[in-house]
Amino acid sequence: MINDTITVFSRELRPTLRQPFTIVISMVQPLVFLALFAPLLPGTDSLRWFVPGIVVMSCLFAASMTGSNLLFEMQTGSHERMLVTPLRRPALLIGRALKEIVPMVAQAALIVAVCLPFGYRLDVGGALLGLVILAGFCVGVGALSYTLALASKHQEWLFWTVQQTVLFPILLLAGVLLPLDGGPGWLRALSAWNPLRYVVAAERALFTGDVWASSTAKGLLAAVIVGTLGLMIGVRAMRRSA
Amino acid sequence: MEMIETRGLTKHFKDVRAVDGIDLTVARGELVALLGPNGAGKSTTLRMLTTLIPPTSGTASVAGFDVVRRQRDVRLRIGYIGQGNGAGHSQRGRDELVSQGRAYGMNVRDARRRAAELIDSLDLAEVADRTVATLSGGQRRRLDIAMGLIHSPALLFLDEPSTGLDPQNRANLQEHIMRLRAEHGTTIVLTTHYLDEADSMAERVIVVDHGRVIADDTPARLKAEHVGDTIRFGFETEAEAEKAAIVLSGRGVAYGKEVKIRTQSGPRHAPGMLEDLRSAGVPAASVEVARPTLDDVFLQLTGRSLREGAPVSELVAA
Repeated sequence: MINDTITVFSRELRPTLRQPFTIVISMVQPLVFLALFAPLLPGTDSLRWFVPGIVVMSCLFAASMTGSNLLFEMQTGSHERMLVTPLRRPALLIGRALKEIVPMVAQAALIVAVCLPFGYRLDVGGALLGLVILAGFCVGVGALSYTLALASKHQEWLFWTVQQTVLFPILLLAGVLLPLDGGPGWLRALSAWNPLRYVVAAERALFTGDVWASSTAKGLLAAVIVGTLGLMIGVRAMRRSA
Repeated sequence: MEMIETRGLTKHFKDVRAVDGIDLTVARGELVALLGPNGAGKSTTLRMLTTLIPPTSGTASVAGFDVVRRQRDVRLRIGYIGQGNGAGHSQRGRDELVSQGRAYGMNVRDARRRAAELIDSLDLAEVADRTVATLSGGQRRRLDIAMGLIHSPALLFLDEPSTGLDPQNRANLQEHIMRLRAEHGTTIVLTTHYLDEADSMAERVIVVDHGRVIADDTPARLKAEHVGDTIRFGFETEAEAEKAAIVLSGRGVAYGKEVKIRTQSGPRHAPGMLEDLRSAGVPAASVEVARPTLDDVFLQLTGRSLREGAPVSELVAA
């Protein structure tokens, strides 16, 4: 299973590594975001609040794209070819999702490095644990994105429409960009059902080194649930789709 | 042990019976062609046998394992070359071959060595380190074949292998397949709607129509049994032709200045008939023996032609 995941992961990542320029481009975007958004936040503590949020956001965006590469490979026949190999089905999902997520770790490191001169301090151990939780959550998101690609078949617009329609409410209802505390009751009630909210809260605590907070357990639980559910749905979709 | 064994294999898509109860047995080492028009159910059958889709009903065992309950065991033992291109367009050919080998559980060293071997034997050396998107159709197809062979499977499925290839590349591909068979004894099952392909390659042709097997034999026997040869004698006048038809004791029919005879073996019977005609005083001015094609077989069996878009009447007349 681990071998299979590595096989899928390295196959997916290889073309990206062969074109380092695309990586550079993808790194710039969250920096722009950070530069233009962070100054709008009130208080001196804004970076501590905002940096984990932006890391979560770029990871989520990346994972939700997992299916987009698949759309093309479904048309050419290379996805079908992979399905006939003995590769274990969850490995196909996890390997592809990790390919989107792992570059985001490099991106997170860059963001942190850029913020250090502005007085940002990070707890490395906590942040690493945070990244593991985030990766679990994003594997689930990636598997769902994969499922969406299978369901949209040859209608690319369908994939993008659903992806965008679902992604933004989840992002906004998680308090990634703006705090939810001041929001109306209905909005906070809705966000209580959003697993991403717990992941973001866990990241914020972990990035500052607050490992033993209850938010860590909640975030971990949310990540495990989304990860497992996503994989189950993805594997099922793969068995029924071809 | 049989390589493939199906019982009542059926696949329904909503209301369409794509495959409607196929019983099939393929022995080790056979080279079998599934022949039929588009939509006959050939590819759907192949997709069930390769574990890509589950059957609606019926059973299939491939390489000794059930295609539903033992998918992984089946997958480990078969190679599949689908209709599309198996290599990712942004990948390099050699990389794809190596990761394909890894997918079948080979270690990196073995996968690299095997990839190099296949690149060599399929004439891909010059293009193996370029991105797949830059390859020509024929090169991509050869790469597909290399990927299907990376783990030296005992059973190889090819779905419409030569679709979209020019005649030279088609001939090339057929040569590769035949060589594979000769050198490794690989069992090969391919689908095709090219008559000449089925005719020249397969020892056994399974004719599929509307999701059912309607004939299953060697090309030669299919033709002899269902169509036979046609001998045409030409004469100077219509009167001579009519007289000749009588000489040949009603076995032939006169059409204008021609007499047409259907027989099991044209080349064997034609000389004797020429002799008879000469001694009866109506020597033939010309003679032509036409061997049937598999299309004639299909036409005889279904009343339709395999060649897409061709109206039946035109082909009957031709």
